[in-house]
Amino acid sequence: MNSFVEFRDVHMRFGHQPILRGINLSVESGKTLVLIGESGCGKSVTMKLMMNLLQPTGGEVRWSGQPVQSFTEREIVAERLKFGYLFQGAALFDSLSVFENVAFSLRQNMQLKESAVREIVQERLRDVGLDAASVGAKKPAELSGGMRKRVGLARALAIDPEVMLYDEPTTGLDPIMSDVINELIIRTRQRRHVTSIVVTHDMHTVRKVADRVVMFYPLSRLAPHEPQILFDGTAEDAFRCDDPRISQFVRGEARERLLELNVA
Amino acid sequence: MCRSREINLDSPLPFGVESRRLSTFMQDAEYAMSAGTVTHDRRMFVHRLGKLVLDFLTLMGDLALFTLSMFRWMIPGWPRANVLWPVMYQIGVQSLPVILVTGGFIGMVLAVQAYEQFAMMHMENQLGTVVNVTLLKELGPVLAAVMLAGRVGSSMSAQLGTMRVTEQIDALTALGANPVAYLVVPRFLACFLLIPMLTLFADGIGVLSGWWFSTHVLGVNSFYYWHYSRAFVNAFDLWSGIIKSVFFGAAISLISCHRGFHSRAGAEGVGQAATEAFVYSFIAILALDFMLGFFLMELFEVLFPKVVIV
Repeated sequence: MNSFVEFRDVHMRFGHQPILRGINLSVESGKTLVLIGESGCGKSVTMKLMMNLLQPTGGEVRWSGQPVQSFTEREIVAERLKFGYLFQGAALFDSLSVFENVAFSLRQNMQLKESAVREIVQERLRDVGLDAASVGAKKPAELSGGMRKRVGLARALAIDPEVMLYDEPTTGLDPIMSDVINELIIRTRQRRHVTSIVVTHDMHTVRKVADRVVMFYPLSRLAPHEPQILFDGTAEDAFRCDDPRISQFVRGEARERLLELNVA
Repeated sequence: MCRSREINLDSPLPFGVESRRLSTFMQDAEYAMSAGTVTHDRRMFVHRLGKLVLDFLTLMGDLALFTLSMFRWMIPGWPRANVLWPVMYQIGVQSLPVILVTGGFIGMVLAVQAYEQFAMMHMENQLGTVVNVTLLKELGPVLAAVMLAGRVGSSMSAQLGTMRVTEQIDALTALGANPVAYLVVPRFLACFLLIPMLTLFADGIGVLSGWWFSTHVLGVNSFYYWHYSRAFVNAFDLWSGIIKSVFFGAAISLISCHRGFHSRAGAEGVGQAATEAFVYSFIAILALDFMLGFFLMELFEVLFPKVVIV
């Protein structure tokens, strides 16, 4: 049992709206876990809980076997640096240049010489196929969506995280750029032996990168005692599964959901 | 919240008031309202009043906690020069033109309004007194603060709101920076430290424009204008304006940042955060002005007990 992040009976609710109910999940080191499920079923929330950007309203999240609540604030900040987070819209700081964005956590957390920072930033940008000399001085607003995602990845990788969290990495990108991102996820894992957790709606990504697939289901569509995790297994099993809720999702078929359109 | 779902809203005492603690009762009431289980005609005046009071208290409590966390991060998160200077430039230097224009007009407006009253009593020569006392104690600091709230407060709140909505605030946390230390502390410091200077600029230009208008347009004698001004305006008037302005600056920055941090998603959410930042700051400025005005008046009587003005 070698897992860096573990959920034990985690519950989460915003105001009066429950999002997660009784989630038990542990992520094996060095593997790639893909979370799938409809919008609003709590995938992004799960990722934020993993990094303690949100705190669960019930249950506990554990880091290396220790409950997060037992860490001091200072320790949480230090532990959090073991994670890299690629946000859905990349979340680059728009007042800073590309270079400053990638250098941010190096400058914030490490006492490095400016020349060392420069070297690391150039290397990280090169890893994602960007040239520091040509894009380094640009502001995020001047970049295309694919470039922004890649800068976001370079920024997340700047201080060598042990766990990479990707929130919908290919959403809004063209098919070729999506594949570039998929390839980068695989390469990052091979090169740095990171544990990866990917939230995606893109079945190409699922096929290509997943070691394990976990499917969540929105609580509003579940009876009170059904488990929220519908499926937990390999990608092949997910595509072969005969539970209609899962097969429908992975094939992208609305079927009886179309009836809901007529209600309104 | 299964418990709340079972509440029978048609019974005369829906929440079993007598058997519950007050806080549970409030949660249930809030839930029933937000879930829309209480129909429209059941929302009586007292329900709305209760919700208003609860919302207000929640807001004040949250703002107080936000302020505390800002103060806690002030020393460990003291901003670096390259973070602080741009914020100070934006808040201080770029606000100067509007502050000067506002200050210039206030001085003249005061002269115009007071002149007629004074002329009726043939006391035109004492015009300088009322113009300058009002300016230094009240209108200089208050209007400088209002301009700052409008120009800087809403833009800070829109900026932080956009950062919240585009997950940049989460990204800061993820990259090991504390958002309060990185975003709120420099803005607080800039407002807190620069508003007294902006107020002094507004005061100065107001004094000059008031004097110019009184003497050159309204025909008041320049010697008497300054003579009476000097006799009636004291350092305490100037200081009370400056002290007030410091509180206004702190309130503007904290309220605006707080609204930005709690912005809801979308253009509408960010827009609303900016509006709320201005409206709440404005109310806070007037409320603080009243309380500090009263407090400083009392303080003046304690410090200078038997000042008799002849």
